[in-house]
Amino acid sequence: MGAGHHHLLYLERDSGLHRLAPACKLAATALFVFAIVVTPREAFWAFGVYAIVVLGLARVAHLPWLTLARRLVIELPFLAFAVFLPFVGQGDRVDVVGVSLSVDGLWGTWNILAKGTLGVAATVVMVATTRVDDLLRGLERLRLPRLMTAIMGFMVRYGGILTDDARTMRIARESRGYDPRWIGHTRALAASAGTLFVRSYERGERVHLAMTARGYDGTMPRIIDAGPTTARAWLTALALPVGAFVVAVAAWTIR
Amino acid sequence: MDDPVNEPQALEIEGLSFTYPDGRAALADIDLTVRPGERVAILGPNGAGKTTLVLHLNGILTPSHGAVRVDGIAVRAPNLKEIRRRVGIVFQDPDDQLFMATVRDDVAFGPANFGVPRAELDTRARDALAAVGMEDVAERVAHHLSFGQRRRVAVATVLACQPSILVLDEPTANLDPASRRELHDILTALAVTVLVVSHDLPFALELCPRAVVLCDGMVIADGPTAELLADPALMAAARLELPFGFDPTVVAGVHER
Repeated sequence: MGAGHHHLLYLERDSGLHRLAPACKLAATALFVFAIVVTPREAFWAFGVYAIVVLGLARVAHLPWLTLARRLVIELPFLAFAVFLPFVGQGDRVDVVGVSLSVDGLWGTWNILAKGTLGVAATVVMVATTRVDDLLRGLERLRLPRLMTAIMGFMVRYGGILTDDARTMRIARESRGYDPRWIGHTRALAASAGTLFVRSYERGERVHLAMTARGYDGTMPRIIDAGPTTARAWLTALALPVGAFVVAVAAWTIR
Repeated sequence: MDDPVNEPQALEIEGLSFTYPDGRAALADIDLTVRPGERVAILGPNGAGKTTLVLHLNGILTPSHGAVRVDGIAVRAPNLKEIRRRVGIVFQDPDDQLFMATVRDDVAFGPANFGVPRAELDTRARDALAAVGMEDVAERVAHHLSFGQRRRVAVATVLACQPSILVLDEPTANLDPASRRELHDILTALAVTVLVVSHDLPFALELCPRAVVLCDGMVIADGPTAELLADPALMAAARLELPFGFDPTVVAGVHER
């Protein structure tokens, strides 16, 4: 307890961005990311504009910079591959402090770095301003099948329990002197993973039982209306991707 | 049990037997009648068939022999939806029962399945949460509630369906004494028939004037809880044990108060 109104990545603030209908936010973010992706990589200024917009949105939503920066870390594994491109790329090469790098590879790295970071940043802002249940409801409103949103909901709900289970099992292992040093010790780890799987499977059965007991017959009921998404909300939200597409088109034409 | 015939009993079980597909007999010839508004404890050791019995009450398991009726309605395939609305089961682990993104959604899940109009769901959820003193957590995620709070919300998820029988499977398991007390107060305040499956004998005595002892799939005793608990031979036969220093005859007066 004491965790307060935790909704995973949601940061509770009072802002227009928080209040905007989730479906509009979702659609706007997806389209915005698409606009970023189709922007030519040579148009540095366009990426500058996108960055200012994303930072501006974060500012409007009163989101803490440090938290957002930390969440960007999720893209690092992808960037790790991009870093190799200048070394292995073909074609013209340039010397940078004595190291020969591929021009094409450098462009490739920049392309992934800029578009990846902006896309992740936009998503991070959206997720930080939308509660998980609202996100799911927004997805439903965007005609995602309810079965899929239900599965996502279960993942969110039981992911935490699974992590807790895994933690107690680790503590139980270590309390009995488990200290994995050599490869043979991984057996206990594998056994734990297996147990965790069986436990989760059984929990799934019990959850289904509890659902059946409350009248579940195979279709998730619609519980709460997401509320009418007003034309105004759509206009406000779609101003973002529309603006971004204008920038993208401009970047292609004045290239 | 000498009610006028025209008023249906809350629960009637007649000659119920159940054998698992592997041939193991779980329940043998169970007879049990519960009047509306009664609170009955179902006591018995682990493996006595208590949970199996519970799963017959809303038709999740189908009896090999015998019949179950709730409010005079037979527990059979065509009536299952209505039966499941009338029989609310609170399962042992609240995490099995709270599976939606927020507490409010969980509480609204049952009524939504039973066709309550969406406009009414919010009121239903709010009322049910208020009945267990949890109205403040409606927007919260179940994972972040304490165990006692989750148990109470689990009760609310069932209350929201407005059942006529509330069945609780080991409701005091893992509860600290204060949460146990709060759960007791919540349950006594409800105007529904309550069935409590438990081996927490003091809790059963406090909450239920009547008890049924189940052993090896058979009902071996049915009577006032205090009398049953004060019968050492019966208790030993059913592998039931009172906590150290607990004397049911001393606290037996609680129900007369």
